[in-house]
Amino acid sequence: MAELDTSGGGKHKGGKVRSKKASTRVDLTAMVDLAFLLITFFMLTTTLSKSKAMDMVMPDKDDQKKDELAVAESRTMTILLGSHDKIEWYMGLPGKSTPTIDNFGKDGLRKALIENGNKVKAEHGGQPMIVLIKPSDKSNYANFVAALDELNITGIDIHAVVDIMPIEVEDLKKNGLY
Amino acid sequence: MPRVKIARKSTATDMTAMCDVAFLLLTFFILTSKFKTADPVPVDIPGYTKTVVLPEDNIATLTIGQGKVFFGVEGIPIRKQMLEEVGKIYSITFTPEETNTFVTMPTFGMPIAQLKGYLSMDPDKRKEIQQPGIPTDSVSNELFNWIKQARVADVVLNQKALRITIKGDARQEYPTIKTVIATLQKQKVNKFSLITALKAAPK
Repeated sequence: MAELDTSGGGKHKGGKVRSKKASTRVDLTAMVDLAFLLITFFMLTTTLSKSKAMDMVMPDKDDQKKDELAVAESRTMTILLGSHDKIEWYMGLPGKSTPTIDNFGKDGLRKALIENGNKVKAEHGGQPMIVLIKPSDKSNYANFVAALDELNITGIDIHAVVDIMPIEVEDLKKNGLY
Repeated sequence: MPRVKIARKSTATDMTAMCDVAFLLLTFFILTSKFKTADPVPVDIPGYTKTVVLPEDNIATLTIGQGKVFFGVEGIPIRKQMLEEVGKIYSITFTPEETNTFVTMPTFGMPIAQLKGYLSMDPDKRKEIQQPGIPTDSVSNELFNWIKQARVADVVLNQKALRITIKGDARQEYPTIKTVIATLQKQKVNKFSLITALKAAPK
């Protein structure tokens, strides 16, 4: 197998037949192969089973309000998560501006976030936009994470997840997203 | 002139040392590896572009799927203490055998009233039973007590703040997630982690 026969042929001089001494050396190649295969397997499985996570901070639900700052309503953008992986977003206060129906992804929410972010920055002298995410009862967990992901991609640090208001649910219903 | 004969050397290398090293490493990886524990419900975790690797210990996981909530915490001493304390709240005492069965379960989802019966069951029978999840409704928010006692146990035993993670199914409707988050916020846990798969960042 791994050893070449270097004994140089079988010339028996003198005619005496001697019994060949069998080598005590065992070929370990196959064993090493197997060991390394298993090592590779265990290395891969250990790294795969480590779970990864994103950190999430929710606003304090304390009844006593403290250290709260008033922010301009024109600086806030609200994202409503509806059903069928669709969203609605609007700037400012609910009911005052007409919401835009959008979807997730590069040309949907991300584009809206970048455009609105730039607009707010230009209008408010460099102050960043504040985003509120309001998941409705018809949205799913993937939508929720995807919305947070878009905020992470567009680099919007100030955001919060808050409960949806009845007026916003009505609006989602009107647009068939609830 | 006699021909110069080059001595033929054996091409065989000594594999013994290599074999030793290989098996040493193999033993190391076998002992250190921890296999993924099976989830009680199929969970398809959503993707996120920026993730951190979670620590292995000092962690509690809330698995959410099919509208059910399951709870698990790392560390056998913490589980033992938690079971004892939650049992006290609902005035249920668990036998040492039931406690031993409980600490071996990585995650569970039984209402406290049925937990004792579930733990004293035959191991084969226990596997067949679909766990209904921990009740989270406002009438009997058992999840609140479980999380609370797990956190208390971690502070008592390890002097550390327990890190709470949520492992949610992507198709899970939001109301269940909302109740779980509300339960956490009720005990002032405003910071937690969501288990996500790493997604490639868009260009």
